Amino acid sequence: MVDLRELIQKVSQAKSKLELQNLKTQFLGKNSQINQEFKKLGSLNENDRKILATSLNNEKQKILDAINNKFKELEKNEINQKLQKDKVDVTLPGRERPNGKIHPVSQVIDEISSIFSEVGFSVAEGPDVETEYNNFTALNTPENHPARDMHDTFYLDDNKKILLRTHTSPVQIRAMLAGKAPFKIIVPGRTYRCDSDQTHAPMFHQLEGLHIDKNITMGHLKGCLDYFVKEFFEVKNIRMRFRPSHFPFTEPSAEVDIGYRLENGRIIVGEGDKWLEILGCGMVHPNVLKNAKVDTKKFQGFAFGMGIDRLAMLKYGINDLRSFFEADYRWLNYFGFDPLDVPTNYRGLSR
Amino acid sequence: MILTLSWLKNHLTTNANLTKIIDKLTSIGLEVEGIKETNNSLSDFKIAKVIKVDKHPNADKLKLCDVSLGKDKIIKVVCGAANARNGLITIYAPPGSVIPKTKMKLKVAKIRGVESYGMLCSESELNISEKSDGIIELKNTEKDIGKNYFKSSGEKSIDISITPNRPDCLGIRGIARDLASSGLGRLKKQPSIKILQKFKSPIKVSIKKEKHQGCGIFGSVYIKNVKNKESPDWLKKRIISLGLKPISAIVDTTNYVMYDLNRPLHAYDADKIDKEIIVRNSNIGETFEALDNKKYKLQNNMCTISDKSGVLGLGGIIGGTRSGTELSTTNILLESAYFFPSSIRKTSKSLNIDTDAKYRFERGIDPDSVRLGLELSMCMILDMCGGEASKFSIAGKIKDTRRTIDLEIEKFFKVIGFSITILEIKKILISLGCSLKISGKKIKVLPPSWRPDLKEDVDLIEELIRIKGFDKISLIHPEKIRSKETLNFKQKLFHLSQRAVANKGYLEAITWSFTDSKIDKYFSNGKKDIEITNPISSDLNVLRQSIFSNLIIYLKKNQDRGYLDVSLFEIGPTFSGNKPGDQQTVIGGLKSGVTNRKSWDSKARNIDVFDIKADVTKTLTELGINENDLFISDKTPNYYNPVRSGSVKLKSENGIQLAIFGEIHPGIISNLDLKEQNICGFEIFLKNIPEPKRKYRFEKNNYTVSEFQKSERDFAFVIDKDYKAGEIEKLIRGADKDLIKNVLIFDVFEGGNMPEGKKSIAVSITIQSMEKTLSEKDINEVSQKIINIVKTRTGGTIRS
Repeated sequence: MVDLRELIQKVSQAKSKLELQNLKTQFLGKNSQINQEFKKLGSLNENDRKILATSLNNEKQKILDAINNKFKELEKNEINQKLQKDKVDVTLPGRERPNGKIHPVSQVIDEISSIFSEVGFSVAEGPDVETEYNNFTALNTPENHPARDMHDTFYLDDNKKILLRTHTSPVQIRAMLAGKAPFKIIVPGRTYRCDSDQTHAPMFHQLEGLHIDKNITMGHLKGCLDYFVKEFFEVKNIRMRFRPSHFPFTEPSAEVDIGYRLENGRIIVGEGDKWLEILGCGMVHPNVLKNAKVDTKKFQGFAFGMGIDRLAMLKYGINDLRSFFEADYRWLNYFGFDPLDVPTNYRGLSR
Repeated sequence: MILTLSWLKNHLTTNANLTKIIDKLTSIGLEVEGIKETNNSLSDFKIAKVIKVDKHPNADKLKLCDVSLGKDKIIKVVCGAANARNGLITIYAPPGSVIPKTKMKLKVAKIRGVESYGMLCSESELNISEKSDGIIELKNTEKDIGKNYFKSSGEKSIDISITPNRPDCLGIRGIARDLASSGLGRLKKQPSIKILQKFKSPIKVSIKKEKHQGCGIFGSVYIKNVKNKESPDWLKKRIISLGLKPISAIVDTTNYVMYDLNRPLHAYDADKIDKEIIVRNSNIGETFEALDNKKYKLQNNMCTISDKSGVLGLGGIIGGTRSGTELSTTNILLESAYFFPSSIRKTSKSLNIDTDAKYRFERGIDPDSVRLGLELSMCMILDMCGGEASKFSIAGKIKDTRRTIDLEIEKFFKVIGFSITILEIKKILISLGCSLKISGKKIKVLPPSWRPDLKEDVDLIEELIRIKGFDKISLIHPEKIRSKETLNFKQKLFHLSQRAVANKGYLEAITWSFTDSKIDKYFSNGKKDIEITNPISSDLNVLRQSIFSNLIIYLKKNQDRGYLDVSLFEIGPTFSGNKPGDQQTVIGGLKSGVTNRKSWDSKARNIDVFDIKADVTKTLTELGINENDLFISDKTPNYYNPVRSGSVKLKSENGIQLAIFGEIHPGIISNLDLKEQNICGFEIFLKNIPEPKRKYRFEKNNYTVSEFQKSERDFAFVIDKDYKAGEIEKLIRGADKDLIKNVLIFDVFEGGNMPEGKKSIAVSITIQSMEKTLSEKDINEVSQKIINIVKTRTGGTIRS
């Protein structure tokens, strides 16, 4: 008989896969003791043969299992040893991956567009270079109107007929002349005034809104802006007041203030007791509609205009308007938005 | 417009307190911008004591003073006054305060290298007197140190922003009328005047009949034997509350009436008028010295008030020094006139004069207030200065241009969204001064002479809702219905490309649409500057013709701050002319520096044309262009490095230009003196991105993939050095369109054992059939085709 215990002991002491292979040949190969035993089986009677064969097979299996187990163990040890050699310091920095950002103004334009899209506004555009007619006259601001003084205008010709638009309102005229009522548009865009100090930049962004249809009243105007302000600031309750004001292109005209309070020097829009002016609006003046070839007997509606940069400053706590346009690497990284962070209604406007 | 409560109460009987009045003002469209103690701007000025004086290290005439504000508060001030000395008690103006004389706001400033926190003031600087030699010497004692020098009158003044349509509210009476109309009190009647005016004014006034005559009516009164003097306290206080400086009873009166009734007046020293007053248009070249001590040279057709000797002043804008009143004046002529807004505006614009009178006349003065203005000012002057007044002389006449407005009651409902009763309409409009004729549901409304802004029915509707209150309008929630797509193709492209580029590691910048012509020249391909006639500064004097013009300036600024590896982009307009529409939307980026500048395991590498090419082509495919339709040409504008740049065209060399990419020309980089000279850029022209004829989902029809084994074969060809890799790739693809699935160039080299003028290009080619597993023979056939086509078309040979 084979000394099973001794064999298994030897197997368990094998130091390498090679040694184990040798042991396997030695214990189970042609010349192995167990093989010799098997050869003897032929000379036994059936009963004895059965008994011996069973026991031999059992032994063989046990040896085989021991070898296999040992093999796995050795292999595992080998991998582990190899892994030990491969060990890296995972606290080292990962490979460089560039990080881009979206400018806060662009992000806010996306947010605003998303909000107005929900209630049926589409986006219209117009050129940055405008005629004096579209920018002023057609908007019921004739030459020599003092309201023109409020717009420090950049001109491109000596006759002052061509200028950089001082507001997005001329797009109202273009859009209405190009199409047929009803109109329901928003116009985000660059606007220009030759005015530059801490709180004014010679270029800034405005958002124009225009809704012309049958029976559009000031009630609709109020409702639309109430909806917008709450969606934009993502606050359920915002105090809001409409103050009579004057713009030549709307009548009646209003300015809209929202409530806020200061918290650690930051403006928190909502129910505070302070007022902050955020936009101008009104019912489109019949003269404007006439200039834009809209039938004032059938159609009327509202328009509004607001500063996008200011909205961005308010919502995201940015203090300095000038910094928007200075392309400072640090500022863009700090206030910029991840390009994958696309404002949508269903995933939320902002994170 | 500044208002004090006591002055308001001259015109308004009311029990309302200040808060109520302020709230009401804002709610009826007279926006309150601020409330302050009268003299608030003066409350900054403190009584202070100089406790130590040292010599300024860098200037002989300057001194360094330690100034005590009491309670151990010591401030360092640089002072040039000879009398600044130890122990002097004087007046200190802190940083942030506004010096009354110069209207300059003080800042902490370095004066010859030493910081000065505020200043010590002279009497002249505080408008106390003309005395300007040395700082004020006060007789106050220690206990006053730190206290305000100017005593507050205790009354608050309200600062109201008046919109340009409301000239009537540039007078306190107008504001009172609005408040009364809104239910906050009762408008007082103007007291009637009973003065004996026995003699005729000895100064004849005529308005010359001529084209472009800017004056409609000229009323005047002559007052003789006045004794001009300082105004009494009550008047001085009011003048100060307006932020003006009291001058004399006569001048103060004209200012008072202007603010009280929005009725500008002018007072002449009648003895200085040469015979008579002629209101006439100027002739080019005429000059006069105005009360602002400037000499003006006039153009043709400016409305002047003249006498026999020449121009005295510009009507409704500014008077002249020649006929100005002084304390010694004894006979005066008071003017109360009407000048047409457009004439005023034209003249003041062209001469660049801004005065309180001009501001009012260009917005429209009540033409009917001529007499009222004369009455009030005459009474005040007779009261204060004595004298005897002539009869009024009124020259000229103006047409009443007011039109009756037809107002239908339903129109209010139609515009505002709720109904108003006739009774309410009547009450509001009448209280504002309108006359009404009501017949059924139609009302004929004649606006008052002081409301030039009321022209049509919507103007009246605004008045009604303004007085009723905007808060009465209930809001109608918007319906969430969309009948049109929010964005059109180009707009979607804009947003998509913006995020596509940002996603490749670029920071989005927004820079001005204008730039420095000197920089723009580098990128404008020799095109003419697009000049701005009135630029904000000389380095922002043209519209940009390239997105790079500003971007490279800001890249440089970032480099100067020590950020060398920066990727910036901007999406926005570039301009090609100064007509509306001469612009296109470009998305452009600049990338500077090195990848892996400092890396523990990778080698640093300059970013180059192939980095930027990948960014561009990837973006273009994201914008929906098939990668195989991108044709790369090596022709680029001169601001790119000519040998390391390319342009992307649609399908062929002659195709529409989609984009340009490459290294920026080293000449420009060295001219601009950039620290990190390794700069690549790209421009994508969004207008050239074609709109697909149908949605992408319709492009993807039969999804078929091969079930059979694919094979890869590598080839290396030796070809002429100048032969373009892109063309080889295209040739190979064309060798067997069915079986060749992909071509990848994976190695290029020249030199070494390559013959002169040749290079080796190694290509890995994927071969696969849709129908069967290819045999060795099939694959060899394809290989042979490839080798043959390369050989016949390029002369290239396969490397063994």
